[in-house]
Amino acid sequence: MTREQIEALQLEGLQETVRHCMHSEFYRKRFQEIGLEPGDIQCLDDLRKIPFTTKQDLRDTYPFGIASVPLEQCTRLHSSSGTTGNPTVILHTDKDIDEWANQVARNLWMVGLRPTDVFQNSSGYGMFTGGLGFQNGAEKMGMLTVPAAAGNSLRQIKFIKDFGTTAIHAVPSYLTRLKEVMDKEGVDPRKDTKLRIFAIGAEPHSEEQRKRIEEMFGVKAYNSFGMSEMCGPGVGFECKQQNGLHFWEDYYIVEIVDPETLEPVPDGEIGELVLTSIRREAMPLLRYRTRDLTRVLGRSCPCGRNHVRIDRMKGRSDDMMVLKGVNIFPIQIEKILMQFPELASNYLITLTTDDDNDNMTVEVELEELFTDDYQRLVALTKDIQRALKDEILLTPHVKLVPKGTLPQSEGKAVRVVDKRKVYQ
Amino acid sequence: MTIKQLSIFIENKSGTLIKVLDILSKGGIQIIASTVADTQDYGIYRVLCNHPTQAFLMLREAGINVQLTDVIALSIDDEPGRAAQAVSTLSAAGVSILYMYSFLWKGKGVLILRTNPVEKAQEVITIHKMSLLTEIDFV
Repeated sequence: MTREQIEALQLEGLQETVRHCMHSEFYRKRFQEIGLEPGDIQCLDDLRKIPFTTKQDLRDTYPFGIASVPLEQCTRLHSSSGTTGNPTVILHTDKDIDEWANQVARNLWMVGLRPTDVFQNSSGYGMFTGGLGFQNGAEKMGMLTVPAAAGNSLRQIKFIKDFGTTAIHAVPSYLTRLKEVMDKEGVDPRKDTKLRIFAIGAEPHSEEQRKRIEEMFGVKAYNSFGMSEMCGPGVGFECKQQNGLHFWEDYYIVEIVDPETLEPVPDGEIGELVLTSIRREAMPLLRYRTRDLTRVLGRSCPCGRNHVRIDRMKGRSDDMMVLKGVNIFPIQIEKILMQFPELASNYLITLTTDDDNDNMTVEVELEELFTDDYQRLVALTKDIQRALKDEILLTPHVKLVPKGTLPQSEGKAVRVVDKRKVYQ
Repeated sequence: MTIKQLSIFIENKSGTLIKVLDILSKGGIQIIASTVADTQDYGIYRVLCNHPTQAFLMLREAGINVQLTDVIALSIDDEPGRAAQAVSTLSAAGVSILYMYSFLWKGKGVLILRTNPVEKAQEVITIHKMSLLTEIDFV
């Protein structure tokens, strides 16, 4: 599709969606308040007349207040893993589920998967959209799909070997864990399995972590972006170029805005990702503030697709740490740690207030005890500290810990613990 | 000329030593001498035992950060001044000692030394006909 074709589809989708949203009590009220009519949306730029929708709006209208169709037309409900306040509920009609599966299937096809592949979905099922989302998409594409779900690594490895699994979807931290268990069991993924493609997502990770996973398994790992508010996984996915995620602009309108001023930022500059779903029935969201920080990399690609390319998420505006006035993302720390082959991939950042002074401690597991000379361990600690300082402009306390001692979760890894006193 | 010592990376936290000792005890490993050196954050637990390679594999299997380190075991007479004599001979030849510990074994004194460089230490030991213990002496 050319940009013109994409934009024509977008305008038509936007106009239709805005008209449809007038069935939603929430949007009808909101449009009335500012005197906006669906007919006022004449071109794509008119999108900016529409107010933003936030996660708080979803909480305030919990559970069904934003729906644009009567409940009896809905066939599925998902809920995000809300940790504060009400969870956010997302409704789907049959058509929504089908379109969602189409997007996931499109992604999997794009990275070279075919109906002859065996796809193991090692992601949490249940309310988490990574389970059923990939399940439906992989089935739709025609692959043999194994709903292995998360955890139980020994069973996962047995499935991989016995079923001839060629592709896995999982959170990146789980794949590192899986490799550890494979090592323990004497399983060599290059020789003993047919694995060739991973879909990784749902957890911010650095380019270094991706490369590490690829080297560990001898597999290509593609970054997946999704969020339950838009449907789930499928919204954006890397093509074989691995240079940004193609966001499917026939389904979504993508904006990147300054999180303070809410004004659009130019391509290439980091801002908050704002998405408008333009093909959904049950619960379209207009200008939804995702809190994910990223940037536009380009609107063309050597792969031939002209859907906008979005950089990997730079973190979320809400997991940003502010320490001594410096904004720090866990991903920055991770990127540095991954550069040291002496270190394992599990780490924990702890923020504390000691004598009214905020401090950061980075604990990281040692991969192998490569020396029994303290001076060399101290030297390594100092090297890590210096590299971190260059990246985040602060000198954290770096603590090497034995392998296997940091909390390891089979779901989303906990990377930051903030124990600081709250300022008055 | 050297013998194998276990060097185990442990967290400076209660309960971590027990974990290591449990594994060794369940594996029927006898500890001959051991020493913990610690910093604020972590420690290295150094262990001489009867079957170092076996013990190394057990600990590694259990996911513990462990290394086999080559150390020199010098046998000296159990009387005042012998350790001083041994150390001064090595120092005089320009061998530096990274760490050292000692114990009594079958009526003799034993000095365990990690030196830098190892080759130089071995040369000095040969020239001065100092008495070395081998792994078989500890089985």
